[in-house]
Amino acid sequence: MTAILQTQKLRVEYRSRDFRQGNKVALNGLDLEVRAGEVFGFLGPNGAGKTTTMNVLLGFVPPSSGTASLFGIDVRQPIARQRIGYLPELTYYYKFLTAEELLRFYAKIFGLTRAETDKRITELLKLVELEHAAKRPIKSYSKGMQQRVGLAQSLINNPDLLILDEPTSGLDPLGRMKVREIIQRLKNEGKTVFFSSHELGEVETVCDRVAIVHQGELKAVGTVAEVSVGFDNLEKAFLKIVGFPASPAS
Amino acid sequence: MNKIFALAGVVIKELYRRKDFYVLFVLTALLTLGAGMVNFFHDDKIVRYVKDICLLLIWVSALVISVVTTARQIPAEREARTIFPLLAKPVSRAQVIAGKFLGCWLATGVALVVFYFFFAVITGSKEHFWPWAAYLEAVWMHWVMLGIVIAMVLLGSIYFAAPSSTSTITIIVVGGILLLGTHLKIIALQQPEPMQFILTVFYFVMPHLEWYDLRDFVVYDMGLVPVRAVALATLYAAAWTGIFLTLAWLGFRRKNLTT
Repeated sequence: MTAILQTQKLRVEYRSRDFRQGNKVALNGLDLEVRAGEVFGFLGPNGAGKTTTMNVLLGFVPPSSGTASLFGIDVRQPIARQRIGYLPELTYYYKFLTAEELLRFYAKIFGLTRAETDKRITELLKLVELEHAAKRPIKSYSKGMQQRVGLAQSLINNPDLLILDEPTSGLDPLGRMKVREIIQRLKNEGKTVFFSSHELGEVETVCDRVAIVHQGELKAVGTVAEVSVGFDNLEKAFLKIVGFPASPAS
Repeated sequence: MNKIFALAGVVIKELYRRKDFYVLFVLTALLTLGAGMVNFFHDDKIVRYVKDICLLLIWVSALVISVVTTARQIPAEREARTIFPLLAKPVSRAQVIAGKFLGCWLATGVALVVFYFFFAVITGSKEHFWPWAAYLEAVWMHWVMLGIVIAMVLLGSIYFAAPSSTSTITIIVVGGILLLGTHLKIIALQQPEPMQFILTVFYFVMPHLEWYDLRDFVVYDMGLVPVRAVALATLYAAAWTGIFLTLAWLGFRRKNLTT
């Protein structure tokens, strides 16, 4: 299978505001490869470098060294983002727009035709169950509804690769189930999903492969079964890898 | 270009869904109507005072609308984190700057048309005289001047996180240029060296916003400014706008948005 998301020796350093301290290394030589059609879980404790990796992939942060590419195109080129969808962890959108207007705006950014846009908006509002609120300003939405708008906007261009930053964070069980269903559905359609999460049970359920990062370095990568070898489950393996004492399976 | 227009569309929607424009328009209308109803000293030329007051209010209101609307664009995108889903799309930072500029400039243009139309109706109803060509020229020059101001504010908003700082600094700078711009060279000649040299250099390197103020032409019915002068002033404004937008892009291109 071809790699559609790839990082090679990716390093990101942040300049410390305190000149007495050296630069802070957020990522240190990260080599990652996500293949077409797989659901890939990106795990790590807080501050491990997950969000930094996503920020590099999305072009928000330039790498200090190394390379990152999407579909073989350097992530610094805006065109690399033509076939991706992105859902941030905290979903904030233009509150003075309605869901329909927001989706129309993003569709224009992707250069969709009017007919395509209308079709996609109808499909997506139905998918995220927001048809009834399509013409209401986003400022009147609940947190769950805003997350669903976020999911809809990430799918507006019918992306081949979906990058989700903790997609179920702050959602109620029903919302989580819905997100899982959508990920599963995208997988069945042959889409690639790259997502970070702290919900290890969820990751075990939906992911084909996982990677665990800690202190900016890749500690483990493989299928859930491969990473969990010698442990009862992924959670125990994760805790051991990040340095938390965990007893191996008896 | 479609991406820039899409970004501009959001800015325009934001302006007409906020109350700023309506409040300033109602305030301008009330003050002008109030001034128009009073006949000081039974002066036949009272309409000139009304025109002067109304145009001053329009200049102040347009400046406030353009500065306040522009100053919050990039900081609000960063604060609300809407910049991330936006930049995760195939859109460059240069396009974001261009879209924000276009949106603010077009929105200000719409506001100017509404203000000047109101001005024409009020003064025309008193004078029974509508010099549309002069009004059109005044609107155009005003709008072109606001293009420089908007680009200047956009540049400031890249470096100042708080929109209030950018707004205050820009209003002081623009106000200073409008009030002192014409007189700066004369003031410079009256100064000893090296102040004379410094002020003269400053006179030649600052954007001359005061050139675009055609209020006296409208108030005193002085006719039209030659088309060639308007064209040259437009080119001058385009150059300054380009300089400020380029500097804004250079700053925004390197900006770390995640901190």
